[in-house]
Amino acid sequence: MFALDIGWGTTLAIKTIVILMIIPAGALILGYVFLLKVMSHMQSRLGPMDPGGFHGWYQLIGDGIKFLQKEDVMPTKADKRVFAAAPAVVVLSTFLVFAVIPMGPDLVVKDLDIGVFYALAVSSLSVIGVLMAGWASANKFALLGALRAAAQLIAYELPLLLAVVGVVIQAGSMSLQDIVLQQQNGEIFGWDFIGNPFILTQFIGFGLFLVASQAELTQTPFDMPVAESELVAGYMVEYTGFRFLFFFIGEFGTAFGFSALAATLFLGGWSIPGVDGDWANILGPGVLFAKLMIVAFLMFWVRFTYPRLREDQLQALAWKFLIPIGLINILLTGVFKVAF
Amino acid sequence: MLQRAEILGVRDFYRDYFAVAVLIGAALLMVGAMLGAGRLIRPVRPQAEKYVTYEAGSDPVAGWGQSNARYYIYALLFLIFDVEAVFIFPWAVGLEGLGTFGVVEMTVFIVLLALGLVYAWRKGVLRWA
Repeated sequence: MFALDIGWGTTLAIKTIVILMIIPAGALILGYVFLLKVMSHMQSRLGPMDPGGFHGWYQLIGDGIKFLQKEDVMPTKADKRVFAAAPAVVVLSTFLVFAVIPMGPDLVVKDLDIGVFYALAVSSLSVIGVLMAGWASANKFALLGALRAAAQLIAYELPLLLAVVGVVIQAGSMSLQDIVLQQQNGEIFGWDFIGNPFILTQFIGFGLFLVASQAELTQTPFDMPVAESELVAGYMVEYTGFRFLFFFIGEFGTAFGFSALAATLFLGGWSIPGVDGDWANILGPGVLFAKLMIVAFLMFWVRFTYPRLREDQLQALAWKFLIPIGLINILLTGVFKVAF
Repeated sequence: MLQRAEILGVRDFYRDYFAVAVLIGAALLMVGAMLGAGRLIRPVRPQAEKYVTYEAGSDPVAGWGQSNARYYIYALLFLIFDVEAVFIFPWAVGLEGLGTFGVVEMTVFIVLLALGLVYAWRKGVLRWA
């Protein structure tokens, strides 16, 4: 059906442009649906209804334009170059995650052999951006927020990695495309009607992944780095206008990326039972989007309902519960893999 | 002499990461373009007060705030387990071929590392005193 014969360079250019559009769009969708609407309804209020459009979705456009025309204030004490570069680093790490997420049998920028590993590695680059922002602001709140963020991001990097190892063991591959195909064509106890979405066997991993990505995104209940009532906004306190918006895009874009990653690793990604070939290419993005919205809903549901943890509780949760559970999960998965 | 297949393999390898490099360039380009567009539109009205470090409205106190030195313990612990993760991933991919031997081997490795965590726990470094 799509027997287009175009060179790999052109293909790469098209894919890159698509990715460039997906990320701000994804950040906007999550921001609108969850931050403005689901949050309001969960907390028994309406949210913005008046700006126009269905339930006032024009609000988002207004917000974007507002950020665009804000004055760019950079404190005199700030380390100018690092201060300016920090948001770019955060956005960059968000963009790179999307390079390996498959949206259909052929719809992926590059299906790297070490796909999952790469995705987790580049997603943790944002720690550097956060530290740069906090340090270069020359502000006490910002520095505290950045240190908290760094400690939190590295502590929860580990449960995230360990949760994924179970999936890698089951699939026998780190390539995300292979992982999806394994789930589509797999069987569980000889029953292959819906394939084998890894959530059925890796439910511990799925839980770990959700909790850890919640912390990686610095969302409530793990939002001490940006705690607005104690640190005003942590490492973002000195940022204005578009540079501030980049942190926002980074946060929601990464939420989009992690949801897509969770959907791919545990819920079968773009695959639905009984759809193959070209149809999978056509329906794939929609299926993946539906699945990632379910995961994102879970994440944001927790975000809107729980109060903030204390800093030491946060560290204790990671080191005393999540990491041991992750290690046990790996060993169990290994035993089952070899036994069956 | 490299075989043709090997050369193609190497070329594909570099193409994979060339795609990553292109994506980095594109992301930076987009950031630059957005900031550039902002520069054209936004106003510039310099006032000395705007550029003072923000400290909840009062005049900023000189010097740095305190930060907790405990964070370095977590950095050390992180290093141990992060390196462990680097070893676990290739093992996870190849487990099918390694069989029971692989599982036993990794159990020993993980238990040894877990002992380190237990030691840190018993020493009380995980407690925020």
